[in-house]
Amino acid sequence: MRIVRQQTRLQTLINLLAPFLGLILILAIFSSMPDIQSRFLRLANLKSVATQSVIVALGALGMTLVIIGGGIDLSAASNIALSSVVTAYAINAGLPPLLAVGLGILTGGAVGFVNGALITRLRLVPFIITMGMMGIARGVAKWIADNQKIDAPLTWVNELMAKSPRPSWLMLAPGVWLMIVFAVAMAVVLRYTVFGRHVFAIGSNEAAARLCGVRTNRAKIIVYAIAGLFCGLSGVMEFSRLTVGDPTVAVGLELDIIAAVVIGGGSLSGGEGSILGSMIGVFIMAFLRNGCTMMGWPNYIQEIIIGVIIVAAVSLDRIRHRRPT
Amino acid sequence: MTSVPADAPALEMRGITKRFGATSALEGVDLVLRKGDVHALLGENGAGKSTLVKILSGALRPDRGEMRLAGRPYHPADPLHGRRSGVSMIYQELNLAPHLTVEENIMLGTEVHSGGFLKRRDVRKKIKDTLTFLHHPEIGLDVPVRQLSVGSRQIVEISRAIMDKARILVMDEPTSSLAREDTERLFEVIRKLKAEGVSIIYISHFLEEVREVADAYTVLRDGQNVGAGRMAEATLDAIIQLMVGQKIADLFPRVKGRAFGSPLIRDINTRLSTAEADPRGEPGAPAAVDHERGEVALSLNGLKGVRMAEAVSLDLHRGEILGLAGLVGAGRTETLRAVFGLDPRQSGWVEIGGVKALKLKPWQMIQRGFGLLSEDRQGEGLALARSLTDNITLSRFGPYRRWGFLSLKKRSRAALQWMGELKIKAQGSGQAVAGLSGGNQQKVALARLLHQDADVLLLDEPTRGIDVLSKAQIYDWMSRLAARGKGILFVSSYFPELLGVCDRIAVFFRGQVVDVRPAAGWSDESLMAAATTGKG
Repeated sequence: MRIVRQQTRLQTLINLLAPFLGLILILAIFSSMPDIQSRFLRLANLKSVATQSVIVALGALGMTLVIIGGGIDLSAASNIALSSVVTAYAINAGLPPLLAVGLGILTGGAVGFVNGALITRLRLVPFIITMGMMGIARGVAKWIADNQKIDAPLTWVNELMAKSPRPSWLMLAPGVWLMIVFAVAMAVVLRYTVFGRHVFAIGSNEAAARLCGVRTNRAKIIVYAIAGLFCGLSGVMEFSRLTVGDPTVAVGLELDIIAAVVIGGGSLSGGEGSILGSMIGVFIMAFLRNGCTMMGWPNYIQEIIIGVIIVAAVSLDRIRHRRPT
Repeated sequence: MTSVPADAPALEMRGITKRFGATSALEGVDLVLRKGDVHALLGENGAGKSTLVKILSGALRPDRGEMRLAGRPYHPADPLHGRRSGVSMIYQELNLAPHLTVEENIMLGTEVHSGGFLKRRDVRKKIKDTLTFLHHPEIGLDVPVRQLSVGSRQIVEISRAIMDKARILVMDEPTSSLAREDTERLFEVIRKLKAEGVSIIYISHFLEEVREVADAYTVLRDGQNVGAGRMAEATLDAIIQLMVGQKIADLFPRVKGRAFGSPLIRDINTRLSTAEADPRGEPGAPAAVDHERGEVALSLNGLKGVRMAEAVSLDLHRGEILGLAGLVGAGRTETLRAVFGLDPRQSGWVEIGGVKALKLKPWQMIQRGFGLLSEDRQGEGLALARSLTDNITLSRFGPYRRWGFLSLKKRSRAALQWMGELKIKAQGSGQAVAGLSGGNQQKVALARLLHQDADVLLLDEPTRGIDVLSKAQIYDWMSRLAARGKGILFVSSYFPELLGVCDRIAVFFRGQVVDVRPAAGWSDESLMAAATTGKG
C-alpha cells in the first residue's frame, strides 16, 4: 500500500513538473545561444516577456475554465478586440477612465454570458456557437469603431501595461500583477470551491454530473461568462498597450490562447487542465517568440516551432496519462 | 488445422503472469479450454479474470507464460491479430460505435469486398441470417446502435463475433444486462455455437446460470489459480468457497417476520450458510432487521415521461423496498428517469411525502432527498476520469463547504470512510475511478447515494456485473436502509434477488405495471409469467 501511494505521489509530481521542464528547456536553449546569451535572461527582457504575456494569459485563465468544463471558446480574440474598442470609445466619449474600463470588462462578460446562454438553451455544441460569436463580436467591434482605429486621450489606463511602472516599487507593470492575482484566484476557485469541482465533473461526464444534482446549465453559463469577463479585462490591456481601440487587433489570438491551455495539460475532451499548467503554456510560447525575435529568426520559424511544441506537448501528455489497463 | 493433433485443446494458457507496476494481476495462471466446451472463468471482482482474457485477446501482453491455439503457439500482437486468429471478445462494457448502424457496426474493421464482388446485399443477408440464428430477427440493420437497448446491443456484438468466424468466443458477463428471457435465448445460441465446435470462455457472476451452461470451470482468486475441473463433478458450494475464500452467511438479508417467498432463495441461503466453516460466524454476517412500513414517501400518479410508453401509477412507502421486475425495455428504467426529472414529464405527476411536485429537475429532486443509481455506469453513473473522492461526494458538498470553499481534507476523509464501509478496493481516494474494476466502480456509485444520505433511493440494476460478496453487501445495505425508514425502488432483471430483497414487487410489461404484490406472493415462475405475458 505504501509503495503504491509513493508511486502515485511521484506521478503527481511528474505531472506537475512536466510543463515546467518544457519551460526550463526553452529557457536553457535560448540562454545558451551565444548571440543573445547576455540579453535573454536579463531582468529587462523578463519584464518585457511578462508584459507581453498578459493579454494571452488573461484570456487563457478563462479558456482553462471553459476547456476543463468540456467546452471551447473561439470567440475569445474577437471578444478581446470588441472590449478594447468599447473601452476606447467610452474614454473618447468623455467617460471617467474607471467607468470605461468597467464597461470594457462588462462587454466581455456579456458576450460570454450570451455564449453560455445560447449553448445551454439551443443545446448546440460550443464550437458552433462561439464560432458564430467570433464573427458577431468582430463585426460589432468594427461597427462601433466605424471600421477605423479609435484614438483616445492618454489616461492612467495606458499605464497598466507600461514596462516601467510609475511608482517604481511596483517592479512589474500593473497588468502583470493583475494577471498574477487573477491566476492565483482562479486556481483557488478551481480547486477549493464547489463551483470548481462542478466544472471538472461536467467536463468529465456531463450526464453523471446532472444525475448528481449539479445544475449543469447554470454552471456552464457562469463558466462562459467568467471566460468573457477575462476576455474583457484582456481587451482593456490590449487598449492600454496600443493606446487606441483597434477592431482588427488580436486576429487568430484565440488559437494561441487555446494552445497555451493545451500545452499546459488541458484536455479538449474536458475534465482535465490546470491554471498553473496554462500559465506555463503561456510563458513557453512567450519566451519562444521572444527568443526567436532576438535571434533574428523569421516569423515562420516561430510558427513552425510553436506548432511542433503543441503536438509534442499533447503527445507527451497522452503518454503520461497512459493507464496500465 | 490438419497438421496438429486432433485432440489438442482449443486453447492452452500456461503460467501466465502479468504485473502492473508494483501490483501483480496474474501469477502463473493456467487455463485449458477443450474444443466445443463452455468454460466458466470464475472469481471475485479483481481476481484477474478480465486481465486474463485481455491477454488472450491480444489487448495486453503477458510478462511471462505461453499460449497455444489448437496446439500452435499463439502470441497475439494486438486485438486485431487475436480476432484474425479466431479469438473474439464480447466485453462487459460493449464496444460499439453508437452513431453507426447495426450493419456498419457488425462489418466494422472487416469491410472486405474481396476484389469488389462481395455485394452489400450478400453481406446484409448474412447479417440478417445471423440475427435470425440468434433469435433476434427484429433488430433492423439500418438502426443506429444508440437507439437499441443494452440487450439488443449485445446481440449485435455477438453477431459480429459469429460473422468473424470466431473459434474461441470470450463472453464477459454476457447476461448481466439481459432479462431472463433473453438469457434463455442466449443459452440456446451458446449451445448452437458449441455444436458447431466453437469454444467459449464464459465469465459470469450468476452461478446458477454458469452451472446450467458451462462444461468446465477455472476459478481465480487474487490472480492465482485456486481450482479447475468439470462442472458435472463440482458442487456450487465448493465453487463459491473457492471464489470467496471466506464464507458468506446469507446472500440475502434476513428480515424479521418475513418468510422467503421463493424456495430458490431459501436454497441459496442455506447452501451458503452450510458452507460456513467458522463456528463463530462471519463478523459481517447480517443480523435480522425489521422493515416497518411507514407513510407514502413517493407516489406516481399516471406519470408518463417522454420516453415511457404508458402512464404509470405506483406508491412507495417509507421503510420499504419495492422491486420493479420486467424484461429489458419494459419501461422500468424510463420510469425511474421520469421520476428523477432526467427525462421531461409529459403527463401525470409525482407526489413526494403527499406534496405534489411538478417539473422538478434532478438537482431539485436531490434537494428533496432523492438519489438515483444509473444502470449506465460508464455513460452516466460516474465521472470516470475523476477521483473516487470527487465521485463519492459530488451530490453532496454541503458538509465541506464554507462560503463556497471546500475543505478537501474533510472531503477525502469522508470518501475514505465510505470506501472502508463498502470495502472498495482502490489505491487511494485520489485514484481515478476509471482504474477500478467494474464491481468497485459500482460500489463507488452506491457510496455516493449513501454519502448523500438520500431518503428515497432509485436503484437501477445496482448489482449488475459484480461479485457475490459485493452483491451480498449491497443487499445488506439496502435492507438496513429500509430498516432506517428509507424507501427504495429497486429495478432488477434478476428474479432471485428481487424475491430475496424486496418487500413488494411490481411487474412491468410493455410499459405498464401489470401487478403489485408482497414479495411472498410471488415466485420465480409467477414473476416470469407476469413479465413475459403481462398476466399476473
